[in-house]
Amino acid sequence: MAKWMSVAQVKEKIKEDSAEEVTARYLEVVGKSKINGYITVSEKALEQAKKIDSEGHEGPLAGVPIAIKDNISVVGLPNSCGSKILKGYIPPFNAHVIEKLLTAGAIILGKTNMDEFAMGSSTETSHFGPTANPWDLERVPGGSSGGSAAVVAAGEAPFALGSDTGGSVRCPAAFCGVVGLKPTYGAVSRYGVVAYANSLEQIGPLANNVTDIAVLMDVIAGYDRRDSTSIDSKVEYQKALVDDVEDLKIGVPKEFFGEGIHPNVEKAVWNTIHKYESLGATWEEVSMPHIKYALASYYIIAMSEASSNLARFDGTRYGFRESGENWHAMVSKTRAEGFGTEVKRRILLGTYALSAGYHDKYYLKALKVRTLVKQDFDKALSKVDLLMAPTMPNPAFKIGEKIEDPLTLYLSDVNTCPINLAGVPSISVPCGFTEGLPIGLQIMGKPFDEPTVLRAAYTFEQHTDYHTKRPPEVA
Amino acid sequence: MVYENPDGIRIGLEIHVQLNKLKTKMFCGCSSDYHNAAPNTHTCPVCLGLPGALPVLNKKAVEAAIKVGLALEGEIAEETQFHRKNYFYPDLPKGFQVTQYDYPIVGKGKVVIEGEDGEHVVGITRAHMEEDPGKLVHIGSIEKSKGVLIDYNRSGMPLIETVTEPDMRSPKEARRFLDKFRNILEYLDVFDGNLEGAMRVDANVSVYWGTRVEIKNISSHKGVERALLYEIMRQKNVIRRGGKITQETRHFDEGRGVTLSMRTKEEAEDYRYFREPDLMPMRVADWVPAVKETLPELPDAKRARFIEQYSITDMHARALTSKIMLADFYEGVCAKGVDPKIAATWTADVFLGELNYRDLAISSYDGKKIGFIHTKDPEIENSFKVSDMVELVTHFAEGKISDRAAVEVIRSILDGEEDKTPSQIIEEKGLFKAEDNLVTKAVAETIAENEAAVQDYLGGAEKSLNFLVGQVMKKTKGTADAKTARELILKELKG
Amino acid sequence: MITKEDVEHIGWLARIEISEQETVEYMEKLNSVLGYFGQLDELSTEDVAPTYHVAEIYNVFREDVVEECLPQETVLANTEHKKDGAFRVPKIG
Repeated sequence: MAKWMSVAQVKEKIKEDSAEEVTARYLEVVGKSKINGYITVSEKALEQAKKIDSEGHEGPLAGVPIAIKDNISVVGLPNSCGSKILKGYIPPFNAHVIEKLLTAGAIILGKTNMDEFAMGSSTETSHFGPTANPWDLERVPGGSSGGSAAVVAAGEAPFALGSDTGGSVRCPAAFCGVVGLKPTYGAVSRYGVVAYANSLEQIGPLANNVTDIAVLMDVIAGYDRRDSTSIDSKVEYQKALVDDVEDLKIGVPKEFFGEGIHPNVEKAVWNTIHKYESLGATWEEVSMPHIKYALASYYIIAMSEASSNLARFDGTRYGFRESGENWHAMVSKTRAEGFGTEVKRRILLGTYALSAGYHDKYYLKALKVRTLVKQDFDKALSKVDLLMAPTMPNPAFKIGEKIEDPLTLYLSDVNTCPINLAGVPSISVPCGFTEGLPIGLQIMGKPFDEPTVLRAAYTFEQHTDYHTKRPPEVA
Repeated sequence: MVYENPDGIRIGLEIHVQLNKLKTKMFCGCSSDYHNAAPNTHTCPVCLGLPGALPVLNKKAVEAAIKVGLALEGEIAEETQFHRKNYFYPDLPKGFQVTQYDYPIVGKGKVVIEGEDGEHVVGITRAHMEEDPGKLVHIGSIEKSKGVLIDYNRSGMPLIETVTEPDMRSPKEARRFLDKFRNILEYLDVFDGNLEGAMRVDANVSVYWGTRVEIKNISSHKGVERALLYEIMRQKNVIRRGGKITQETRHFDEGRGVTLSMRTKEEAEDYRYFREPDLMPMRVADWVPAVKETLPELPDAKRARFIEQYSITDMHARALTSKIMLADFYEGVCAKGVDPKIAATWTADVFLGELNYRDLAISSYDGKKIGFIHTKDPEIENSFKVSDMVELVTHFAEGKISDRAAVEVIRSILDGEEDKTPSQIIEEKGLFKAEDNLVTKAVAETIAENEAAVQDYLGGAEKSLNFLVGQVMKKTKGTADAKTARELILKELKG
Repeated sequence: MITKEDVEHIGWLARIEISEQETVEYMEKLNSVLGYFGQLDELSTEDVAPTYHVAEIYNVFREDVVEECLPQETVLANTEHKKDGAFRVPKIG
């Protein structure tokens, strides 16, 4: 069996051999992993695969293994969110996307590592230690869905689910050389995903090629009545996979090519844009003057929402509990001990931004800036079909390099977080390398226009071979 | 006469009403029928606040809120939305309560009550939707608590909070407001007031137009009146001794009838309200005409109609409309053709009085009979048929039984003989009024047998007349109408 | 600028116990981030409406229909601190 298989190849293999053999083979690879990508490997995976073999299954993903980020609820598997405070917590309900996957016949291989409560861009804040980038084991895989991206890049799962609040699917996709999509806000149900910032986040698929992204979207996307923010979009994703960018109008926002950008990253992205030109697309420069304020706005909103979302973690009903002389003391000690430093910092900042006297200055102001950023996207996308820019200004950095100064780490989200403020779809596809490290191109589209985004990404894939490169370290 | 409000009392109320007549909770499909259930058996990921769970709003709760708003003559907002109120308490599973903040569904309104000086308007500031937290049970006493047990069955139950202006000027007015408010809500059929936790009141009170004090979580109307009486006295005493009233929150000890300072943290709570990102805003002002159609005739309108239609007194009309099921029962009785004025007396005065005496609360009316449950023991149930009241009133109106006899019939039925008709009971107990000639005979016999008493009366002793009447009643075994007997005796004696 | 007292206050609001030492550390890091957030003051936003939600959806409801609850055992399964079907915690304080 080949180490890296597309979903189509996996399905072929299942027909040839069996679901059990395919799952067993993936479990074997996982067992030998050097990257610490999984927090939990499911003990039931093999059994589920056997059941598919014996009972048969008509679903589009019958017997295909998938890895799930550890903030998406799966019945019977611990859900840690990369944190100590959820120690022992096993959800009694499946997330909507998990129900969809199980109905389609997919096999949940396990839960992947992540920055604690999705707060981070490097998977270094996880209580379970960092995940290593398969391209260079001393470097970060990106975050917060670092585990999911890394296991896909390392051939430890054909595809995976992550979540993207400010870049958490696209950043690790770029650093690990895989494809990662953040869908339009509302396209995929958030029911069962542990909330970090409700108005910003979406579940996103990660895979080794664009086709598999579309396959996954066709299973998990769609209206869910249990999520009041879910939108009935009725988009068909695989139908969009057409090799054609003739007449495609591309906008290149200069504000995404900031000062700190690595010269090779800039070069790779411009080469890509010229490649599109050669395939029949046209491009023009666009201006999005408020983008430089997006980062501050994003963080204020995210931290504010998070400070409230994480208030439920108090040791009373589930998870880790520290003892105290009374309930308030118990809660304060539980949270001091159970949360990592970065999470505590963000909760404190979010509490501050919402507090009396500062609410208008920070939270309300951030929401107004959000309007301006969204307007930038609306204006730009009214002139062009898609926007293109680097996903990350730099390639993967070394583990430990940026973790000491929070602000430095926050600044790496500069190209990804504006998209979450606007709620538009955005995909990261591999478009080059610098010193052996992958570079990601970000393609952004109009709300619910994933078809155009996917078509552009698919076309690029058909005419390049970046997506076929594999990390030598783990081959 | 205008009420001067000599002590400068201002009372405002915040009333939490649980929409326990809805089938499910505010944001999830858990059954609302949790009152006798084992702990934590009416919960789901949403109302437990499990990570990843999301709220979805119950449409009927919004309709109920609009109904309440219209009944309070309040403005229904063009656009309304939910907010998060963030604070930590063990009964609050998410660490925040989903409520409404600056865009409540109902705006300014009013309720008219019988004040100290006639009709008095109590302004409604606003009414909004929110969710109930769970329930705490202290292990041991509150003072020496060894721990707390938490049951989340109540968590997520739909509430409507109504806030009044500080327009009440006495504990009595506050009590009257609550009675009226509760009356209106029962008419709207949005909540069952007999269930535990259905209505909770926070009262704000100040004296001499000064600083207000909040008394939290009082569960009965009587309790509110008592709490206010105590608190007003306490505040006046503090001021009389030269002290100042501090703005604080107090707890009402129902057992001892006093308000106690709650142990407050040095730092004030900051709820950090912000819009609930998981719930979308609502534009429901256009539902108003349709909801208005569903509103029943409200208490004031019904009272006015009763006075007009049945020619009854205001007092009777008030008593009859104090409970919508009682009003419906009364109308069911009148529809059978009895004299409404007589029916009013028997229903509003005697019948209602007997119910109150027996601690029976009206709980149902199905067109044929009115049902009650015992307020202290819900296992005890009872009912009274419309047909029985009709029969009773008819007998009385036709002079076939005395008042005493009619009262006895009502009591018999309430005490367990509900399977018998009034005619049967009257028959069995021999309550039919003595026929006229029987009474005349008894009068003649009494006068003949009681020379001395007759002479005493004619000599000026009024008491002797009573004695003679008593003798007639004895002879007729109580079935004679006392008034008639007295008249006949006088007629005889005066010759 | 956040002071030590501010850190203590928000630590209390957020129920996170913070030691003396940590208070100073938090103060420094939080001030650095807040300094960066201050750049938003460069923008004039008086006439700009806040965006709470990217899509303009209104009136999302569900019908008043009963759905299955979780069994008591399942509700209590994730903790060992329980008694008589209820969650057990220390006195409130």
